[in-house]
Amino acid sequence: MSKILLLQGNQAVVEGAIAAGVRFFGGYPITPSTEVAEALAEKLPRLGGKFIQMEDEIASMGAIIGAALAGKKVMTATSGPGFSLKQELIGYACAAEIPLVIVNVQRVGPSTGQPTSPSQGDVMQARWGTHGDHWLIALTPASVPECFDLTLRAYALSEKYRTPVILLMDEIIGHMREKIELPESYDEIPQAERKQPDCSPEDFLAYATDDSLVPAMPAFGSGYRYHVTGLIHDETGFPKGTPAATLAATNRQYNKIHNNLDDIVEVDYYQMTDAEYAIVAYGGAARAAYDAVDCARAEGIKVGLVRPITIWPFAEKQMQNLASKLKHILVHELNCGQYVLEVERAVAGKVPVTLFAKYDNEPATPSEVLAEMKKAFK
Amino acid sequence: MKYELRLSGTGGQGLILAGIILAEAALLDGKLAIQSQSYGPEARGGASKSEVIIADTDIHFPKVTNPNLLLAMSQEAALKYSDDLNKEGILVTDSLFVSQLPHHLGKVYELPITHTAKECLGKALFSNIIALGAIVKLTGIVSEESIVKAVLHRVPAGTEEINKKAIQLGMELIK
Amino acid sequence: MSMEEMIDKYFRPGRLPHIWCPGCGNGIVTGCIVKAIAKLNLEKNDVAVISGIGCSSRASGYLDFNTVHSAHGRAIPIATGVKLAEPKLNVIVVTGDGDATAIGGNHLIHAARRNIDMTVVLYNNNIYGMTGGQYSPLTPEHAKATTAPYGTVERSFDIAELAKAAGATFVARGTTFHAPLLADLITKGIEHKGFSLIEAITGCPISFGRQNKIGGPAEMIQWQRDHALPLAAFDKLSAEQKSGKFPIGILYQNNDCKEYTEAYDELIVAAQGGK
Repeated sequence: MSKILLLQGNQAVVEGAIAAGVRFFGGYPITPSTEVAEALAEKLPRLGGKFIQMEDEIASMGAIIGAALAGKKVMTATSGPGFSLKQELIGYACAAEIPLVIVNVQRVGPSTGQPTSPSQGDVMQARWGTHGDHWLIALTPASVPECFDLTLRAYALSEKYRTPVILLMDEIIGHMREKIELPESYDEIPQAERKQPDCSPEDFLAYATDDSLVPAMPAFGSGYRYHVTGLIHDETGFPKGTPAATLAATNRQYNKIHNNLDDIVEVDYYQMTDAEYAIVAYGGAARAAYDAVDCARAEGIKVGLVRPITIWPFAEKQMQNLASKLKHILVHELNCGQYVLEVERAVAGKVPVTLFAKYDNEPATPSEVLAEMKKAFK
Repeated sequence: MKYELRLSGTGGQGLILAGIILAEAALLDGKLAIQSQSYGPEARGGASKSEVIIADTDIHFPKVTNPNLLLAMSQEAALKYSDDLNKEGILVTDSLFVSQLPHHLGKVYELPITHTAKECLGKALFSNIIALGAIVKLTGIVSEESIVKAVLHRVPAGTEEINKKAIQLGMELIK
Repeated sequence: MSMEEMIDKYFRPGRLPHIWCPGCGNGIVTGCIVKAIAKLNLEKNDVAVISGIGCSSRASGYLDFNTVHSAHGRAIPIATGVKLAEPKLNVIVVTGDGDATAIGGNHLIHAARRNIDMTVVLYNNNIYGMTGGQYSPLTPEHAKATTAPYGTVERSFDIAELAKAAGATFVARGTTFHAPLLADLITKGIEHKGFSLIEAITGCPISFGRQNKIGGPAEMIQWQRDHALPLAAFDKLSAEQKSGKFPIGILYQNNDCKEYTEAYDELIVAAQGGK
């Protein structure tokens, strides 16, 4: 049984969170993400869950780290300025391997920027916002139904790999209302499981791992007592700053993600089977690209859309594959050029890459994208 | 079939809600719809627009680029949001607020929307629902049954009858 | 229970010796926390100790509970998340004067305002010790620090008064000289249902004492002895006599305010349609 609704992207994220089993949200109001907090403030208590509006963005990040340690699936939601403030604790969550999901509904920046206008200017910040070498996952929905699906997926990935996952939205997708079909009940939705120790509390080492390289994570209060720190630590969880320990910790955190790129990295292809050209676009910017591809095809231009759904880790292999097949790649994003840097690096000059950057508070229209395609693919 | 509508006015006139209702009515008719909006920092006042695209097939780009209908419920909105209205497009204005019509070669309906709300229902509050009635009558873009259902789904309990009346009054504005 | 038994039971094997300097008071304060837990006979699995960053915050790693050594200033929001998500846990925050009153000051006042049940033990050594002696919001006016070589011209917080004003429902102060009292205050703070702040005056001979010519560890402890007065005795002094002295003991307690997680549980019942 399912129901058909007209929902905002932000509301679909909320439904996805409820369906994924999120029972704790810590947040702070910020446009254009506030609807997520408002809806969860209303829904979570009815499910026995907890919502807390913290005193600032940093504290809301702290609260969800604490609740995750207590065994909950947790979420926070924010936008540019708040995302900046959360960065230190995002790094903590990477280092301590805390599963959690941060929704960032991007707006124009830097600073206060343009709170109600769309942008994709946080792509690099999502990857490199916190200090030090670290790895995490970022997903970018391009439709309201995908907001629901990717929220579920964000929890599947964050629990499986014990990592922060960023749901990198933008104002277009966050605020537009679109048809979505949702199950009447979420009881049948598979729940992501957090790995639990298979040894006694006495034998438990907090960061010891098997081949998955992902340590088990019992909840505080479960009887498994352990220490969590942002200092470099060994498998015991206690600080150890030797070169060998630092290397081991860093490499394991890299490998637990990068050994599983086939599982993590998802790219959607539209009209790519016989394509000679491609436009690479993601999130809200991809919406105009679909229409532009249709128009170009009608005019006989063999172009398709490559739409990264997993924005981090970067779809390296997928982009390299394109390089050998295509005559030209146009990257379209709502910033001055961020994702394009990675595309250029991956294709390494084997195919020309042109950027269509749009950064004037308005998304590019399909006809603008089409015009840029024609210019680039001449 | 693809039909693009832009409902514009000032913050507080309920145009975002009107757009949502119209899109929900389209879903009830088994069509696809997208609603989006833009607004300033003001909760009340300031120019505000709510856009709805209704189609039989997938809608990708969510913003209106080629409006089939522009509703303007303030003078500022009438001038600000009418640039891309071509001669096939319909302009509907609230005659209480819009005295200076934008340059438009197509059809224009100057309707006493807010005036009717105040006169017949005692409150300007219902003007967005009256506007919806008029738009549905004018365009047939959603069925009468679905617009009534969609309105009743969104309005506070206890106001069903007066809102139905508002839809009816809106329809009657189109002769 | 003897101190040896307490060490065996509540400290993690292999994690000592601690990193604190000889003569530092932090061990005494940490010992007082353990004594309080022992006295209350708390189940170790039901205790969470959350710390920030700084000398005192290293205590969490030595203690055999559910422990978090978090980020600078952020112990309280993390503790808030732990407590709200799992109210059965006894949550103790270990923090210092820089951690809790400068970078984490906003979190401190808001946790106090919420009256969430946690016990904040604020190790006040009047200085940033780990980074080598910079002035904190609790460094006394005119005292020297590496970032105040001419003496700080900033006034210091009375953190007990600040916590009380912000809504804390249990506020106390002790010193490492008055260790039995300090252990008792922490015990009462843990027992108190609501937000408790215990300011523990502790000496930092290396980074504070030396710069301010107070002397070594013994002199710093003597200074505590000579300047602390039980609240009742302190209150009898004239304003002039009070100058330079500070009160110790329970400074404020209010048992009439609803604790946050209990209030939240009532909210859940109401949201679910109950009474």
